[in-house]
This record gives sequence, C-alpha cells and structure tokens, in this order.
Amino acid sequence: MSKPKFVYVTYIRTTPEKVWAALTDPQTIKKFWFGITAESDFKPGSPWCLKFEDGRTADTGEILEAIPPRRLVIRWRNEFKPELKAEGYSRCTMEIEMADYYPDVGAKAVKLTVLHEIESEGGKFIEAVSGGWPKVLSNLKSLLETGDVAFQEQGRR
Amino acid sequence: MTDATKFKPKTVYVIYIAATPERVWQALTDPAFTRQYFGGFAVDVEPRTGGVFRLLYPDGRVHIAGKVTDWTPPRRLSCTWLVEGLAEFGELPECLVTYDLEPAGESVRLTMTESHSWDVPEEILSGGRSGWPAILSSLKSVLETGTPLSIKMEPPKAMMEAVKQAVATKPWRR
Repeated sequence: MSKPKFVYVTYIRTTPEKVWAALTDPQTIKKFWFGITAESDFKPGSPWCLKFEDGRTADTGEILEAIPPRRLVIRWRNEFKPELKAEGYSRCTMEIEMADYYPDVGAKAVKLTVLHEIESEGGKFIEAVSGGWPKVLSNLKSLLETGDVAFQEQGRR
Repeated sequence: MTDATKFKPKTVYVIYIAATPERVWQALTDPAFTRQYFGGFAVDVEPRTGGVFRLLYPDGRVHIAGKVTDWTPPRRLSCTWLVEGLAEFGELPECLVTYDLEPAGESVRLTMTESHSWDVPEEILSGGRSGWPAILSSLKSVLETGTPLSIKMEPPKAMMEAVKQAVATKPWRR
C-alpha cells in the first residue's frame, strides 16, 4: 500500500510572487484560512505553527524547504485533536509555477499544487486535510482574483 | 438505461464558488459558458434524465457523447461520457461524470466525481486528474470575475499509452 496522501491543484489568475506572499503573510493567511494564521519566518529550519483566532495552537512543525516563489515544504503535525496528533508528522509540499497557456485566450494563470502526505497508515489525518484544503485554496483563489474570499466559515474546532 | 451503480468513484474534485447554485448550474449546462472554460467545447445537453449529453468541438464535431443519468437542477447532473472524437479510444468503456451542487454559506460547494465501471489503470485516470482542476478553476474564474483562465491542456503521454494498451487488450471484458 502506498503512503496516504492528498493532492489538490488550483489555477489562479495572479503571479507566483503574489501566491508566495499570500501563503507566507500572516494577515493574508487569516483572510483565506477562516481566521487561522501562521507564525513563522518561513526560512528553512525555522519553526512553523498555525493558530486559531482565540490563540490556541492548531498545528505545529518546521519549514523544511523554502524557495520563494516556487516551493515550500512544511513538516506538519496536528495539535488540537489527540487522535490526529497521535498520527505524528505529515509533510506538506506546495509548488507554484506558471501554467502553460494559449496566447489570445483568457488570462495567464499560476498552477498551485498542494501535496499532503503522512507515513502512518490507517489514520484520519489525510481525510481531515482533504476536507480542508479545497475550502482554503478556493478562498485563496478568490482572494487573489477578486479581493474577497469565496465563503466564510467558523474555523476548525 | 445505464446502471449508475456499476460505476465506482475514482477521481473527486471539490471547489467552492461565490455564486448561486442556479448560476453554477447554468455554467455547467449552457454552451456559451462551457466554450469559455472547457477547452473550447460546447456542451449540448437535453434537459431531462435519459436525454442526450454531448461535448462538441468548435466546428460542431462530437468529442464526447453520452446520456443524462440524473437531471436534478440545480443540485445534481450526472452523465455518461464516451469519447467519440478520437479514434485511439476505440471501444474504451464510457465513464460517469457527476456534478453535485450544495449550498455552502453564501457560496456553492461543487463536487465533480468521475466514476468507472472497470478497473481502469492509474495512467488513464491521470487524464481527468490533470484536466478537471484546470477546467473547474477556470469555471470558478468565469463566474467570479467574468474572465476564464488560459491553461494549455494535453492528454498526459502515459495516459495515451495506457489507452492504446487497454484498447488492444480490452481488460474490461475480464
């Protein structure tokens, strides 16, 4: 059996630099991630965490790779659900590239690929992030294209 | 009539769109919309369960032909897909493509599910897995901004190889 993983690809009418900035700026993250924000300087080896609006810690980890504006890899563990925390560390890889395009048709787009994988099998962590990423990345796409998010939701509880 | 229960979900893509279910439904079923975001293809669908479903090239030739297995506006559209426009696809069995639209706050959660009736190889699934995110991202852009995205889409090489092999060996008959 292969490692549990979730892959999500979205195309956004913007630049790689703006996607990178959105993924690493706490105030922007807060807008598209339902009030959750990140604390990190996004340098390789630095600590990283996600925090709820009320200050509780959602997830913790470490920046494994950071190559602006192309690639960000985070070692990532859930902290607020004991059964997910018990599954240990996952690895989240975000890749940003310009998509091939047809001249004279529509707008050029950035291809953002999020790959989230975990070593331990049979857990619920990947299922949990599979529900979250489409919401978060749909919101990121709307925020960058329209200045507003697609929808609001209470943060993960 | 196609038996939808023999199809198993293989690829699922979820996207949230700031629009009403009626607008998303229109974008999925109106040729003026699909031409913008669906690789230039015009949808041609009879608005009833059991009706004809087709995707047409800009010159009117048929690319995909099938049947509507569920027409429930603005909640669920399910159609069989048979590739007609490409000789390489030969007798490759039809798949089932289902769109589910659910309200999510002020927005719509659109779920695309591609299902197959046989043990289809990963390489063949890679076609939809690379295509759907591009198509549905562009659909979202059309509805939220009025402008589609320009994304070059080509069938992955490994997919066409796997299609050729499947057409030659017909594993779905086993």
